[in-house]
Amino acid sequence: MNRTSPLDLLDIDALHTQEELAIRAVVRQVVDEKVRPHVADWFERGEVPARLLAADFGKLGLLGMHLTGYGCAGASAVAYGMACLELEAGDSGVRSLVSVQGSLAMFAIWRFGSPAQKEKWLPGMAAGETIGCFGLTEPDHGSDPGGMTTRATREGAGWVLTGGKMWITNAPVADVAVVWARTADGIRGFLVPMDTPGVTAREISHKLSLRASSTGELVLDAVRLPADAMLPEAAGLKAPLSCLTEARFGIVWGSLGAARDCLHTAIAYAGDRTQFGRPIAGFQLTQGKLADMAVELQKGYLLAVHLGRAADAGRLTPEMVSAGKLNNVREALAIARTCRTILGANGISGEYPVLRHANNLESVLTYEGTTEIHQLVLGQKLTGLSAFA
Amino acid sequence: MKIVVLVKQVPDSGVERTLRVDDNTVDRGSAGNVINEMDEYAIEEALRLREAHGGEVTLLTMGPEKAAESIRKALSMGPDGAVHVLDDALPGSCAPATSKVLAAALTTLEPDLVLCGSESTDGRVQVIPHMLAERLGIAALTGARKLTVDADAVTIERQTEEGYEVIRAATPAIVSVWDTINEPRYPSFKGIKAAKKKPVRTLSLADLGIAADEVGTAGATSEVVSHSRRPPRSGGAKITDEGDGGVRLVEFLATEKFV
Repeated sequence: MNRTSPLDLLDIDALHTQEELAIRAVVRQVVDEKVRPHVADWFERGEVPARLLAADFGKLGLLGMHLTGYGCAGASAVAYGMACLELEAGDSGVRSLVSVQGSLAMFAIWRFGSPAQKEKWLPGMAAGETIGCFGLTEPDHGSDPGGMTTRATREGAGWVLTGGKMWITNAPVADVAVVWARTADGIRGFLVPMDTPGVTAREISHKLSLRASSTGELVLDAVRLPADAMLPEAAGLKAPLSCLTEARFGIVWGSLGAARDCLHTAIAYAGDRTQFGRPIAGFQLTQGKLADMAVELQKGYLLAVHLGRAADAGRLTPEMVSAGKLNNVREALAIARTCRTILGANGISGEYPVLRHANNLESVLTYEGTTEIHQLVLGQKLTGLSAFA
Repeated sequence: MKIVVLVKQVPDSGVERTLRVDDNTVDRGSAGNVINEMDEYAIEEALRLREAHGGEVTLLTMGPEKAAESIRKALSMGPDGAVHVLDDALPGSCAPATSKVLAAALTTLEPDLVLCGSESTDGRVQVIPHMLAERLGIAALTGARKLTVDADAVTIERQTEEGYEVIRAATPAIVSVWDTINEPRYPSFKGIKAAKKKPVRTLSLADLGIAADEVGTAGATSEVVSHSRRPPRSGGAKITDEGDGGVRLVEFLATEKFV
């Protein structure tokens, strides 16, 4: 009997337009040709050719694809989500490269920048020639970014930035950083070219997750910036938090890609692997796992499509995105771990993508708002009481 | 420069393909249909020529209504528009009939250069460029691995078993290309959006002045009378080396035409 792909069970493609499916097909092909053959090796070595990938992705229009103007593709939120899913089916680190470039760095400039800042940075970033990063998290301020200690003080017409940012995706390869700092008028954003004196980005090594992604620590030692380095339209913590909502939306979809790849791998493996004289796919316990995972994957997908359509209709709220990220990353991680059990000892091998995805999802679980923070966001919405402020 | 690229929708060669039981023609209903892979190289070459010399790139396809999907996909790579020859009388057309229809359509388009893939992954007969050249009275330069255009002439490097030949002809001409000629681009997202708005003109046989009985199964000069599946694989032959293993291995490879 034929096998049905886990995302075809509910005929979910019927929810999409031809254009969305065409965009997905291109991203899937690019991931198959440019990412899949190499990614296990990148992960093993803890290196990723970020510049080459950015250039390839830029040619497609993947970078900042949901933004308009300045060389951006102007695609729908749903199409952006589908692209994130296909990228993360390759590797969460590769999707992170695109998320940080498009949803964090480019979005911050596109939403809060001056016309001159947009003209200067966005076309090159959309083309993948210029790489951006986003500095919000600090060593001592993760879930509570409002406590940040990085400061920007006035010096004549310009600014002096001092502080440190931690866990900054793309920082070691970036040309420009969007850095959030405390000023006399609250939190503001600054565009910091990475070659500015006083800026250093140190690669964070010894990661056991997202190894096919460049992660850095950003040190800002009395960095002198001109007056026009500040993003004029971003005032207060809600500005960087709105960027995070953008990026989380991509994670709602992307995490499902990692889960789908694990499930495809597990189904194929279970069909080939013979124990006790027959394929393990024929065993009831295996089928129980596969069925539950396929159902969770599709529930997550329906949630993602719902949020995507809401985004395209202008109805998406941060709480809705929190619900999506909370559910989909948690379930994707559970699927990856369960798939690993179906592969037995091979489940821990780098020859298969499953434990790589599971390990990556450990990062996805905590970045852009931990599970607990999203629970508290929803808890506050439900009860009217804030548990963290 | 006016370039027309011949594009064919074919059953996906990456999955199992079948012939229909009733009329022995390719089953285009069951398999996923895609752009013939080699045609993507022809499209890419046309786009590069347009980038270098200006002009326009038009796709020409003959095929059923479903071929419109492949036209849109091909347009998303960047061509300016497409012509789709669509007629209920066309299914089952043999190569001479196909070339008659394409030649008539090309006459209306008046191209300086016609590009196509060297073969389709379904028919694999490789005769269409020659037949079109004959019908149109233009040169056929086939099997190109490199293509240059200057003034009123086109030059190709024709890939052969031993190396390559350099061939030059006056335009208009038809050139077929191999997959060694370039690396086709991916459709960009902007290209996908733009493809929806590009003009696709549909032509019928009547528009081309061709009678229904000249084409299709009715007008076919050849017919597939029967087909059968390749027998399932049996166990391979095992050669035990008793001093003559090498010789027997070479003999086997020779009988199977591997050497």
